Amino acid sequence: MLRKIRIVVSAVLLTLITLFFLDFAEVLSIDWHILEHLQLVPAVLALNGIIIVALVVLTLLFGRIYCSSLCPLGVYQDVVSRLRKWTMKRKNQKRYKFLPPLNWLRYGFLVVMVGAFVAGLHVLVGLLDPYSAFGRMTVHLLKPLYQAGNNLLFSIFTSFGNHTFYKVGIYLLSVSSLIVALVTLATVSILAWRNGRIYCNTVCPVGTTLGLLSRFSLYQIRFDSSACTLCGSCSRNCKSSCIDFKYMTVDSSRCVTCFNCIDSCKESGLKYRLPRKGERWVQRAGEAPAVSARKKKAAEAAVSPMATPTMATVQSAATPTNEPPARRRFLIAMGVTGVAVARLSAEITLKLGAKKDVKRTRPIMPPGAGNFDRFTELCTSCHLCVAKCPAQVIKPSFLDYGIGGMMQPMMNFDHQFCNYDCTICSEVCPTHALAPLTKEEKHHNQMGVVQLYLENCIVYTDETSCGACSEHCPTQAVHMVPYKDSLTIPEIDQAICVGCGGCEYVCPAKPWKAIFVEGLTAHQTIELEFEEVEEHVVDDFGF
Amino acid sequence: MDRRNFLRAAILAGAAFTVKRSGAMTVLSQNMNAAPAASGAGRFDMVAVMGGEPAAMFRKAITEMGGMGLYVKKGQKVCIKPNIGWDKAPDMAANTNPLLVAEIVRQCLAAGASEVTVFDHTCDDWRKCYANSGIEDAAKKAGAKVVPADQESYYRSVTIPKGKVLKTTKIHEAILNADVWINVPILKNHGGAKMSISMKNLMGIVWDRGFFHKNDLQQCIADISSLDRRPALNVVDAYRMMKTNGPRGRSEADVVSSKALFLSHDMVAVDTAATNFFNQVREMPLSDVGHLARAEALGIGTMKLDKLKIRRVKI
Ligand code: SF4
Ligand code: SF4
Ligand code: SF4
Ligand code: SF4
Repeated sequence: MLRKIRIVVSAVLLTLITLFFLDFAEVLSIDWHILEHLQLVPAVLALNGIIIVALVVLTLLFGRIYCSSLCPLGVYQDVVSRLRKWTMKRKNQKRYKFLPPLNWLRYGFLVVMVGAFVAGLHVLVGLLDPYSAFGRMTVHLLKPLYQAGNNLLFSIFTSFGNHTFYKVGIYLLSVSSLIVALVTLATVSILAWRNGRIYCNTVCPVGTTLGLLSRFSLYQIRFDSSACTLCGSCSRNCKSSCIDFKYMTVDSSRCVTCFNCIDSCKESGLKYRLPRKGERWVQRAGEAPAVSARKKKAAEAAVSPMATPTMATVQSAATPTNEPPARRRFLIAMGVTGVAVARLSAEITLKLGAKKDVKRTRPIMPPGAGNFDRFTELCTSCHLCVAKCPAQVIKPSFLDYGIGGMMQPMMNFDHQFCNYDCTICSEVCPTHALAPLTKEEKHHNQMGVVQLYLENCIVYTDETSCGACSEHCPTQAVHMVPYKDSLTIPEIDQAICVGCGGCEYVCPAKPWKAIFVEGLTAHQTIELEFEEVEEHVVDDFGF
Repeated sequence: MDRRNFLRAAILAGAAFTVKRSGAMTVLSQNMNAAPAASGAGRFDMVAVMGGEPAAMFRKAITEMGGMGLYVKKGQKVCIKPNIGWDKAPDMAANTNPLLVAEIVRQCLAAGASEVTVFDHTCDDWRKCYANSGIEDAAKKAGAKVVPADQESYYRSVTIPKGKVLKTTKIHEAILNADVWINVPILKNHGGAKMSISMKNLMGIVWDRGFFHKNDLQQCIADISSLDRRPALNVVDAYRMMKTNGPRGRSEADVVSSKALFLSHDMVAVDTAATNFFNQVREMPLSDVGHLARAEALGIGTMKLDKLKIRRVKI
């Protein structure tokens, strides 16, 4: 029963989370972004107290429910195991066995993540955060397929005169992020195929953190020594490989509360329950409960030569401070050099930019990013903003923000520009790397500043009318002023530019655009003044 | 043999679908199917109405002209091309008035049109433009099909024999597949082209707008207006007009409530008249609006309004 509920809940959540990433037609309302805000790393970065407390309490009460149902990457691994189960022959199905925890790896990855955050190597934080890893897989691998499917449906329906579907542009957003997504997919899938949730209990820092809590959780899977016949079925069905049936213990720090064991046990030898009187709250492997001689014998018979019980001792929580100091220093040093290199490269490009070339020298951070430090520190490159931008103008960076900021999103005006009234990216961002903006705030948010090189402008070079830039400018930061004869030529007022890229996107000048937007290290607030509304009475035709 | 008969024959031959979608067929039919009003089928060369609501002004104008039946025949496919370029509400005068579009759709259907499609190649995100202009909703309710225009695959190559600079361009299939099309611009000031009226509105039927800006905008606007497949009717929406900061506009201060509507098959004439009308609010010499004279030179229409039979009505 518990298992069935778990499966249904997980399937629904995974579907919704994935669909929210894929859905470009706004079939799901933007409000569904709450699902992304529930994720642990984003909630911690966004300092979302309510969600953090809720998740901690949930785990302390019920164990790693988060891992079994809320985490899309976790549920994805279950899907992979399920696929294996369906495709493998029956006798290979019950295939898990107890494995000792790989503690040095587990805590190592957690330390790396925390260290990377402190050191400014945000790319590592993003790589290790399970939600962001899942986001990138969805955006870079699944979304193009989803869009292609839509376009296929579009062709079919339209040929029958039905206009329900419309075609969407499919763009290769970023080669580096695509590769990262592919590698993540391969790693997670192979691990899940072979060893169930080993990723969650070895690599994933969120799993490790929650494991520190779930060790003490109130409800745990616990043996009923009177009912258990030591048949070992639970161990063979435990995708976390955390049940040591011979000692009737469950390593609850690794248990992801999937309830497979309970369902697999014919004897009701396992229950999800509170500790009984006199029973240990925290289960300790290797500390066998009173076992009858008959059972002991059976156990010995069932012992697999691999799993030596003595190795399975749960070590005391290895917190980051237990790491040898030299290793920590190395990590920090590594991080610091990363930052230094990033800063340096930013400065070098800045100097080169002093030349009169029409290339952006600084990336444009999406609306709501505030300033560079804040943005790069918080963003985990989940690429939800990339996926949700209706104009598809956000794309992952490569080294534009330096090594530490690799994959973090930036604006790109090749195919479109940022809609003046749109605030979607800032609303959906779960880490608040893009802080939510109201429409009013967005109208006054300057994310970049327009630059005009008249020597490239068609009005100047060809002496013909153009004005495409001013046509697209929502604030008239670029406007047309009288030039030769009846021609008009663009003029800019940087103080009222919002950096939407309308002018840059549309400027037809070749090979260099005459107008483009330069990025800022910190977004600014602009003042907009509007003319008075004059009364005009038109009561004649005039011709 | 007109297109309809041809199609009927084709349907009999069981090949209607392929023929309709074949580009070659369109090029063929393009010449066979010169819009009826290109010869000036109406009772007047132009009808100008002032002082009413958008739908009422259109009803008045089309009645004066001789009725929708002059332009739309039973069973014909009609395409209506408003200006839906911007993600702006109707009262900002950046897009054609939705009430006017809806009324035209209704009139076409009443005249027996088999299908009415509405589209524009927008500048802002098309979904937002379609929705926030109010046009998608109004046109759909009136019975039209509203089709997207944001992908190149919706467009097909067409030659412009009279074009000086623009000799070939890609045009939206909704126009190419229709028997008749109606051009419904809104009257606006324009930073580059000076005025955006019916000829400038034709930029929304082409895919590559950049080419226009790059290669003498004013000439390209005149060139596209010389297209064989010209609108049967141009309905200039001047219920509100944008006097400054066009074509996008910044605030209410750019908008003038002018309550007028002009109707003509002659794009040059109606744009000249509308520019004169605009001059009452803000100075805009006809000579500055370069595409007017250039279009006249291409023989698309005339700027000499005094030679035309114009009906002026105030309601
Ligand atoms: S800015 Fe974009 S990629 Fe970064 S955390 Fe927010 S939504 Fe995810
Ligand atoms: S605000 Fe701009 S960048 Fe953000 S989602 Fe909207 S259009 Fe895209
Ligand atoms: S980026 Fe260009 S279009 Fe956008 S506000 Fe600035 S000048 Fe105007
Ligand atoms: S769009 Fe480019 S070429 Fe055209 S007026 Fe503006 S700056 Fe000049």
